[in-house]
Amino acid sequence: MSALVVGQLVAKHGLLTAVRGVSFSVKQGEVLSVVGANGAGKTTLFRTLSGVHSIDSGGIFLHDEDISQLPAHQRVRKGLAMVPEGRRLFVDMTVRENLQIAGEHGRSGSWVLDKVVAALPALEPILNKVSGGLSGGQRQAVAIGRALMCNPSVLLLDEVSLGLSPIAVEGLYQSLEQLKKSKETTMIIVEQDLNRAIRFSDHLLCLLEGKVALSGRSDELSHVDITKAYFGLEAEVLNA
Amino acid sequence: MLDSLIQGLLLGGYYAMLAAGLSLMFGVAKFINLAHGDLAILGAYLVLFGVDWLGLSPWLAVLLSLPVMALVGWLLQKFLFTRTQAAGFLLPLLVTFGLGAVLQNGLFGVFGSDTRSLANYIGDLSWDSWQITNELSVGKLPVMTFAMAIVVLSGLQLMLSFTRLGRSIRATASDPEAAELNGINSHAVHRAVAVIAMVLTGLAGSLLAMRAQVTPYDGPMQLIFAFEAVVIGGIGSLWGTLVGGIVLGISQSLGATLISSQWFQLTGHLVFLAVLSVRFYGTIVHQRGGWWILIKQLAGPMTRWSSQASIKAKATKTRIKNR
Repeated sequence: MSALVVGQLVAKHGLLTAVRGVSFSVKQGEVLSVVGANGAGKTTLFRTLSGVHSIDSGGIFLHDEDISQLPAHQRVRKGLAMVPEGRRLFVDMTVRENLQIAGEHGRSGSWVLDKVVAALPALEPILNKVSGGLSGGQRQAVAIGRALMCNPSVLLLDEVSLGLSPIAVEGLYQSLEQLKKSKETTMIIVEQDLNRAIRFSDHLLCLLEGKVALSGRSDELSHVDITKAYFGLEAEVLNA
Repeated sequence: MLDSLIQGLLLGGYYAMLAAGLSLMFGVAKFINLAHGDLAILGAYLVLFGVDWLGLSPWLAVLLSLPVMALVGWLLQKFLFTRTQAAGFLLPLLVTFGLGAVLQNGLFGVFGSDTRSLANYIGDLSWDSWQITNELSVGKLPVMTFAMAIVVLSGLQLMLSFTRLGRSIRATASDPEAAELNGINSHAVHRAVAVIAMVLTGLAGSLLAMRAQVTPYDGPMQLIFAFEAVVIGGIGSLWGTLVGGIVLGISQSLGATLISSQWFQLTGHLVFLAVLSVRFYGTIVHQRGGWWILIKQLAGPMTRWSSQASIKAKATKTRIKNR
């Protein structure tokens, strides 16, 4: 059963159409990587899926329910959570309060504070610290923990490793690997590191100028095909 | 002097009550409500209506006016403020400016232009005081107002720190989009804040009508006092609002005592402008790395000029010796 189905999604920034007829689906417990060069429309796609950017046409179905007209907070309560680019923590509040807020307003489920801290051990020593003073890796861990506290069935992770040290990225992906193994949560990630995106995900979707340039199982796509689609070299635009 | 300080301090309690709603709305929704003072006057007239027309006791009228003010806040946020906010920074200013004019003229149309007060209805409280020394007495109503401000601000602080609504308000104030991404309905939070702000504003208006006379056109002056308290104390900070109110109250009181009673308002405005200037130049100094670095930068051309002058003087002396 598909956890999330996106059909012919169009989203605009003023006169610029940033997402042009994107369609894909992800099954429950699978991981989809969305890759593409800067300006390909990845972040706009995520913002549209999460509900903070308005949709122009197309449909978004979460467990067969049309959520395309719901505001962002209602999508969270239906089970779609996002870790936004830049983490967007509540900087004047403690880590505990950041997590608590998500737990209070998200969907009810098995992800409670103790379980989140167990899944992301980096959170334990900083629970009572104000989140404005954390390092990049700690902030990312809080952002992921906060999204998990919403008990999502589908988790969107935008630019998950951006600005982090290699050690922090390694630690982060170890936690995400555990999450992936549990098969509880479907993940869609935007990752600039192409090799890591291919290794970590079950499926890969490559965007080029707002359109799907390439999609398929990560282990079946060749590096050459992905690179061509990524940079638009002899790209065969599937959804033209 | 001590008397002026204490009277100013107690007056600060009223200003803090008046400004708390304005500060809360700006801090959370980034919304500047130019009708704030007029809404306080509306609160005062609601109580006067309850007392004059319905024959209620003033305290019961105050109590009943608060849910009405809450409803006014909810309706304004739902049908007016949210829609204007979507259009940028200028439209809310214009719309609330217009709302203020409508409220002033509406109150004038219903109640007329006569000055009104609740002082006659609250008995001794309006004038009674505690005699501390031969030269110092404190009014019971100002003390009650100040105590009420402390209680209300403490309650608000506790609510913001320890309740689900409080955390939602703080999260929405910090980043409304991130709040939405965590399941918080930011529009509902803005409505809740408008409700709280209007209740506080109505309460402040009632206290004003108890201590002074009000007319339908008193709103803009109350707005200025509220703005000054908020800016002096720091925008969006509850306790800062109390501090701002106290500083404003003491400035006005000292101005009236030490200079002239006509300087009551002017001294407050001057202190407000001074604080604003210090903040403005403080930001510039901070951006340039602090006072010491700024002084060195300013002194740089001067020291260069003096060292060049001393080099020239030495060269002249050497030339003279060589001759």
